Amino acid sequence: MIPEEIVDLSRLQFAITALYHFLFVPLTLGLSFIMAIMESTYVMTGKQIYKDMTRFWGKLFGINFALGVTTGLTLEFQFGTNWAYYSHYVGDVFGVPLALEGLVAFFLESTMVGLFFFGWDRLSRVKHLLCTWLLALATNLSALMILVANGWMQNPVGAEFNFESMRMEVTSFGEVIFNPAAQVKFVHTVAAGYCTAAMFVLGISAYYLLQRRDSAFAIRSFTIAAAFGFASVVSVIVLGDESGYTDGEVQKTKLAAIEAEWETVEPPAAFTVIGFPDQEKMITEHAIKIPWVLGLIGTRSADEEIIGIKDLLEVHEQKVRNGIVAYGLLEQIKAGQEDTEIVSKFNHYKEDLGYGLLLKKYTEKVTDATEQQILQATKDTIPNVPLLFWTFRIMVACGFSMLFIFAFSFYLCTVKKVMQHRWLLWIALYSIPLPWIACEMGWIVAEYGRQPWAVAELLPTHLSISSRTVGELYFSLAGFISFYTLLFVIEMFLMFKFARLGPSALHTGRYYYEKIGGSA
Amino acid sequence: MTLDYETLKVIWWLFIGILFIGFAIMDGFDLGIGIVLPFIGKTDDERRVLLNVVGPTWEGSQVWFVTAAGALFAAWPLVYATLFSGIYIALFLVLFTFFLRPVGFDYRSKLPDPRWRNSWDWGIFVAAAFPALLFGVAFGNLLQGIPFHFDNDLRSFYTGSFWALLNPFALLTGFISLSMLTMHGSMYLQLKTEGVIAERCKRTIFWSGSLFLVLFILAGIWVAYGLEGYRIVSIGDLAATPNPLKKVVETEPGAWLDNYSTFPWFYRVPVMVLIMTLLTLLFSRTHRLIFGFITSSITISGVILTAGISMYPFLLPSSSHPNNSLTIWDSSSSYMTLKVLFWATLVFLPIIIMYTSWVYRVMRGKVTVKTIRDNQHTAY
Repeated sequence: MIPEEIVDLSRLQFAITALYHFLFVPLTLGLSFIMAIMESTYVMTGKQIYKDMTRFWGKLFGINFALGVTTGLTLEFQFGTNWAYYSHYVGDVFGVPLALEGLVAFFLESTMVGLFFFGWDRLSRVKHLLCTWLLALATNLSALMILVANGWMQNPVGAEFNFESMRMEVTSFGEVIFNPAAQVKFVHTVAAGYCTAAMFVLGISAYYLLQRRDSAFAIRSFTIAAAFGFASVVSVIVLGDESGYTDGEVQKTKLAAIEAEWETVEPPAAFTVIGFPDQEKMITEHAIKIPWVLGLIGTRSADEEIIGIKDLLEVHEQKVRNGIVAYGLLEQIKAGQEDTEIVSKFNHYKEDLGYGLLLKKYTEKVTDATEQQILQATKDTIPNVPLLFWTFRIMVACGFSMLFIFAFSFYLCTVKKVMQHRWLLWIALYSIPLPWIACEMGWIVAEYGRQPWAVAELLPTHLSISSRTVGELYFSLAGFISFYTLLFVIEMFLMFKFARLGPSALHTGRYYYEKIGGSA
Repeated sequence: MTLDYETLKVIWWLFIGILFIGFAIMDGFDLGIGIVLPFIGKTDDERRVLLNVVGPTWEGSQVWFVTAAGALFAAWPLVYATLFSGIYIALFLVLFTFFLRPVGFDYRSKLPDPRWRNSWDWGIFVAAAFPALLFGVAFGNLLQGIPFHFDNDLRSFYTGSFWALLNPFALLTGFISLSMLTMHGSMYLQLKTEGVIAERCKRTIFWSGSLFLVLFILAGIWVAYGLEGYRIVSIGDLAATPNPLKKVVETEPGAWLDNYSTFPWFYRVPVMVLIMTLLTLLFSRTHRLIFGFITSSITISGVILTAGISMYPFLLPSSSHPNNSLTIWDSSSSYMTLKVLFWATLVFLPIIIMYTSWVYRVMRGKVTVKTIRDNQHTAY
């Protein structure tokens, strides 16, 4: 049996490194586009100030990018180091988008980022602009590939189990790439990245406006961020990926858990705004509900039902029982009984093989599972409801707060009254952490909500790990925590320093600290 | 040419080889320059010259590493899983030191404080020297095999320790890698700089190249007479669905030379390494710097090929359970995955090489102390 401690430590390490990586990714995704917009304005109007804007925000982009690259590297290797059985079991499918990410996107992104910083004097305006756009596009393409990989873990389409190689193998690449779960996730994630960058630029520009310095620079940045942010936050909310939660059993379970929908009700279901879900009793206490809303968001229709947790459990129990049969047949095949009858019977049940593997947590043999163990494995198929319920609501609350900030900022920009509303500038400044909170919460919802599976319905998380020792895991975990803390402190120090300094950091002689002769 | 499964398995051996050679050449000189940074760069300005030689291109070079790892995952999932989980501690040490590189490059010159800059310079040195050494150590261990086996579900178990990886032969290959990349990095540096820096490079190239030559010959003798090689005794259909538990493997000192005995033509590869190294030393001396860089790159390719040919078709031999060794025949991805990625690589790799060359053309010319002084605030 696999020691639970190693499973927990492996999960903790992956969660820390992935959440940490995603502190830097969304800013890269969005800021590259904002830079491209600013530079396009520069090339079209020829006004120097837009070039300064591109270069200044580019400087902050660079500080952030370095850590994004550093922490991304870890993730590329961590599937192998810590999730070896996962890598073997699904590498045939999951490895492909990762390899393509390198070939198609990350190469282009990293090559162009060099020219962005070093090519200003060596390239014509239009060529440099082209590099910036390629940088932005490649960054987003990179996100697409990663989310195709991630989307497959949520809704594994286009692949089949092969008992000869004991792994999942691709049957259709089209299905893997155009997986609805992946596509919805991609749009939602990149739009969240745009929001993050817009909030970042908006908040820092508000700081200059509050200090009444470099106003021309600040107000232009503020306006671009407000417009870009408004469009992005609307997209994030409208394209919120709950719509993707109808594809695949685990996605359905996740939706029910997020909403603490214990029962299947007449469509369209009501949305629980707030309440206290109790997973043991399967009720939500003190719930405040709005009729219809959940059904409309979740299924985009008024007559499709959202299946409740109790009904899902019934379905899952049957799947666990089928999984036991599938596992027994697989053992027979592995023992050399490859006659057609057993194989065809296995093919009939193999869809639920993963549910059988859930029992490995309780019994090595699986086929000797007791009723008690079957019920326990069934119960395991429902993720932590209160946790998902709350993280999801924190994310949504952040999203709607940003909607308000961007909408009002954008409105004030169009009527040219930004400076008269200093309170909004303060709010914008102190709201800079909001998109990050939303992003991190979003990932917790998506990945915690996928539990107990590493790959939905195919491979349980606790079987996916590498055969390592607790001591080794503490070593790597301690290494990550100390390195990442150190790097974070350094990064924040530089980010604050240059954000406070503002465009004077460019040493053009045109901005605040250079004019008054001081330095910061 | 028909793209049957067996052919694709061989093609992917070539492709992964190309990606690793690409990494070794392109990121190799970034690593080499990192290694010599605190020594060839005596003053802050000089160190900035060194950093800015690779400044515009190192990010792209590093992607060879990422893509090679990604391709390894996709084409040989079992190798990716078994190797990386097996050398767990060693790989994390490489990654942890690797952290210091992007951050070092980007942050070092953002503050003027000499202590800050000096710390990062040594950070970049560690981030270069340590991985350069450990990549070689990894190669040495591949040649010897590492102790692992599979259970019936193809779950892998590594039974060695971290310290066992640092055995004499692996340390020898580690220093081969270190000296080779020092030579390669200094060669690129000599090409891209002038004056006193270029002069110092010349000396570094001479001693690192000579050291490399001696170590490489030594390793060759060791492989021929001392090291246990692996040999497949029997295996089923080469185009069959991969499963590494269905073959018989034996070990014997010198077995790694089987491919060379069967096809003596291949002996030209290690011989070419020797000639190209000598030429690199010569070209550095006579200031034919572009040629020197080319011969140094061929040296690197030759070293990787020499090891690759020895081991073919083995990818990851198991020293504890030789029959469980991973070969191209029984640890590849499915036919469809290999085929789709084959076409993707065929299309995108030339495009990558095209725009990378364009960037090198845009950034051509020497980096001097004057360049740094003129770009105080934008250069690395």
